[in-house]
Amino acid sequence: MITNLGGFKMSQHKQIRIALNNCGVIDPENIKEYIARDGYVALGKCLTEMKPQDVINEIKESGLRGRGGGGFPTGLKWEIASKNHADQKYVVCNADEGDPGAFMDRSILEGDPHAVLEAMAICGYSMGATKGLVYIRAEYPLAIKRLKVAIEQAREYGLLGKKLFETDFDFDIELRYGAGAFVCGEETSLIHSMEGLRGEPTIKPPYPAEKGYLGKPTNVNNVETYANIPIILRKGASWFNKIGTEKSKGTKVFALAGKVKNVGLVEVPMGTTLREVIYEIGGGIENDKKFKAVQTGGPSGGCLTEKHLDTPIDFDNLLAAGSMMGSGGMIVMDEDNCMVSVAKFYLDFTVEESCGKCSPCRIGNKRLYELLDRITQGKGELSDLQRLRNMSLVIKDTSLCGLGQTSPNPVLSTLDNFYDEYLAHVTDKKCPSGECKDLMTYFVIEENCVGCTACARVCPVGAITGEKKEVHYINPEICIKCGACEERCKFDAIIVK
Amino acid sequence: MSNIKVKVKEKDLNTIKEICKSFDNKPGELINVLHKTQESFGYLPAEVQEVVAQELSVPVAKVYGVVTFYSFFTMLPKGKHPISICTGTACYVRGAENVLQEFKRQLNIEVGQTTDDGKFSLSCLRCVGACGLAPVVQVGDKTYGRVSPEGVKEILAEYSEK
Repeated sequence: MITNLGGFKMSQHKQIRIALNNCGVIDPENIKEYIARDGYVALGKCLTEMKPQDVINEIKESGLRGRGGGGFPTGLKWEIASKNHADQKYVVCNADEGDPGAFMDRSILEGDPHAVLEAMAICGYSMGATKGLVYIRAEYPLAIKRLKVAIEQAREYGLLGKKLFETDFDFDIELRYGAGAFVCGEETSLIHSMEGLRGEPTIKPPYPAEKGYLGKPTNVNNVETYANIPIILRKGASWFNKIGTEKSKGTKVFALAGKVKNVGLVEVPMGTTLREVIYEIGGGIENDKKFKAVQTGGPSGGCLTEKHLDTPIDFDNLLAAGSMMGSGGMIVMDEDNCMVSVAKFYLDFTVEESCGKCSPCRIGNKRLYELLDRITQGKGELSDLQRLRNMSLVIKDTSLCGLGQTSPNPVLSTLDNFYDEYLAHVTDKKCPSGECKDLMTYFVIEENCVGCTACARVCPVGAITGEKKEVHYINPEICIKCGACEERCKFDAIIVK
Repeated sequence: MSNIKVKVKEKDLNTIKEICKSFDNKPGELINVLHKTQESFGYLPAEVQEVVAQELSVPVAKVYGVVTFYSFFTMLPKGKHPISICTGTACYVRGAENVLQEFKRQLNIEVGQTTDDGKFSLSCLRCVGACGLAPVVQVGDKTYGRVSPEGVKEILAEYSEK
């Protein structure tokens, strides 16, 4: 475990590196460096000293839960897959990191690809699969290259292929490419996509553990989940389950981004508070603006506020607060961000990414988006707020897969936590943060205007008129609210309301 | 899909056939085949899809269904320098929308369109995973970070000679 990296004492900053253990430390294109840091020791130990069920028991005891979002116990998932007998089974790694604003998996694949390969082989051994598939998005060319190099090297060293560690266990890994569809993060969609079909989900059960890829038992885990496996088996479940909270063990990697001073990946023990992540590791809000919200869980998560800052982060606490862990995106927003627009942004995403198979998601999200769009244009009514809530609850209850079941979360959480802001949009037709352009008007303050003509010259649409050395006037009919005049004016004579 | 049947050139026909063959003409490899095909042609017009369908022994409708389902596949040719603006959450929060508007204004095209001279095309993508550099713009393989609306002109100027 790394406690000191490049003079930056991680312990002081509450970070522990488990999943990111090797990232940035080893040369990912050189298998020797991975082996030098005890790489493939865990696989060797499993194959030569442990029975498959022992491996599963160890993972179960560690308390590791799926890092892709749902938080399903990993050991249990493996056990279910191991008990379904078939002539062929598959181990799948979900590397289709579709959550906008998250890049944990990319960093792990680019920085420590062997950890994922080793873990997949271990999983294969525990459930009786000989074939592994990494489903990776085509948008990650570097990660694809590094994985290819890593697979090649592992084969050369006899760590993938036939008779690993001179046992009877064979295991090999291939890559499958995604083509840009958020819904493919859902297990059943991902499997259909790997089969060359449209990535549409199907009803569970049957779970992939029974009938997955090509109808065979399949175990799907996310990149970060796999990255935890080798170190757990090396150091033991009892080491791992001492880290974290009662029901969420270990660490979680977050992609900290948005209006925060230090952006990047952070790995903290479960139970760390949002405040510690944003203020101690993230260094607080950029330009010393006021903190407004933090969004976790991507398009499936919610916006949390000041009052949630001291909540210890784990799967259950975030759910209780109206958000979710998700894959680990953490976007910080300041006072300049309009929460209605943020909800609209996520809905825009969901509408585009909904596969269209079930109507609550396909039609419902579109209607939610239209309502939000009207509100940001100042055309909303008070009754729209109740309509938003009702429709959100119906979509959650009736959608087929995880995408639709969680897509209204950004709406519900902003309605709960920022109701006043919605009210300002629908009753006063104002956007308190000034982000909704349709609700703004630019004015010239007559006392301050000296008639320098700077604003008229910078206006791209010629909306400003006035004689030299006389008060100017902005024609609201022509103004496109780009803000160029306000920026140019040296006399604070232009304001926006 | 377009109703105008354009015959695929002999040379191109062979390229597609070879790609399909390299995947053993397996229907399950459809997505991989389409990736490779788009790599060589730049886009996937209807007539190319027909050949792929024939080679993999699947209905054209299925190929079309897959092509239109995934955002990575396109049926329209892109510009010489395809511009992609990241509209992921981090970029959005840091003002990607303003950058997009500026590109639209400077190029005088909408998202999904190509300039008349075929030089630039404009598209949005969801997160390139470089959130630390938000807002991010990609032109071809080159990535630009912390782009401001004022910086748009500069980026375009880099490609004006090429």
